[in-house]
Amino acid sequence: MRYDSLLDSLGKTPLVGLPRISPDPTARLWAKLEDRNPTGSVKDRAAFYMVAQAEKDGLLRPGSTLLEPTSGNTGISLAMVAKLRGYQMICVMPENTSAERRQLLEMYGAEIIFSPAAGGSNEAVRVAKGLAAEHPDWVMLYQYGNEANALAHYETTGPEILADLPSITHFVAGLGTTGTLMGTGRYLREHVPGVQIVAAEPRYGELVYGLRNIDEGFVPELYDASVLTSRFSVTSTDALRRARELLDREGLFAGISSGAALHAALAMADKAVAAGQEADVVVVIADGGWRYLSTGAYTGTLEEAEARLEGQLWA
Amino acid sequence: MAIEVRIPTILRNYTGGAKSVEGSGDTLADLIADVDSRHSGLQERLVDAAGLRRFVNVYLNDEDVRFIGGLGAPVKDGDTVTVLPAVAGGAR
Repeated sequence: MRYDSLLDSLGKTPLVGLPRISPDPTARLWAKLEDRNPTGSVKDRAAFYMVAQAEKDGLLRPGSTLLEPTSGNTGISLAMVAKLRGYQMICVMPENTSAERRQLLEMYGAEIIFSPAAGGSNEAVRVAKGLAAEHPDWVMLYQYGNEANALAHYETTGPEILADLPSITHFVAGLGTTGTLMGTGRYLREHVPGVQIVAAEPRYGELVYGLRNIDEGFVPELYDASVLTSRFSVTSTDALRRARELLDREGLFAGISSGAALHAALAMADKAVAAGQEADVVVVIADGGWRYLSTGAYTGTLEEAEARLEGQLWA
Repeated sequence: MAIEVRIPTILRNYTGGAKSVEGSGDTLADLIADVDSRHSGLQERLVDAAGLRRFVNVYLNDEDVRFIGGLGAPVKDGDTVTVLPAVAGGAR
């Protein structure tokens, strides 16, 4: 396959069967390999669409500065797009994210502003919103509320999946900004009667939830619960265990959030088997395991890895 | 009958610092009321006139209750209910 440039190669990722990990020949799992995107994550789709929309809306000029609360993948994707389109990039992220992400951001020329670890990404969002108010010429595309994020999936991810697997019964993905689930979910629900849209939400350690007032929580503006049919909370232990299983049994080296999505996908596949129903379950592999190596997730015993992940943001 | 209810750090002042408490009931609403009878004020932090408070997530055996019946979700002995604040969380 040939493309005129890196950005043109965006998306069109493989859908790969997981025959060894599928519980039964009648309940098949299929991995959508989003690590096969230009910077190695599903966020490339959202980043490209958000920048393209901002350009169409006349918000960006050569040399414009982009600002974004992001602990990694979106920042990396945006930094790449910014570099290729001639913009400056500033990322606000919590100080407790993995070293690889910081390095990649800096390599792509992004400037990083760190927010305190305690308070996690809520704090990064708060800090970024404050900075955006102080610098009206900076453009905050705001992945948590920008409809172009979900639109990327409505227009690309969803149609790709349906074309590859018309018999799809379940779509399972990690829940973060909610863009993947909202966009792909809406598309699939419009075209596949009865399709299940299943969210796998990471459950972090206590440090991340912290002592913030429970009334000051955060729900991404993109989130519309009516698009989902189920939502699971997945612990780091389960996510890690599944990520390791994926590598052991299918040779697929995936990030930890993919392990969380797989955990939920297996639960749905098991339910289908118990109900005597056929299932074709698509699970999103949002990125590869590379950006998590320094977290210690893939070395030692599961218990040791889980202890190391405590307090870290793994998805 | 015992159902474990896991409490987030921010609400442990209602439980004397306990990470989890036990309760009973046929539905999630009953369970919350039962726990509130021993830990007064907890219910009000979780529920308002419209139902579950917006920034509170409750999971029954790891599944978000908003998709399996909300406050009316049936609960039984051996179930685990986890309460967590809604956070951006995550590294995206």
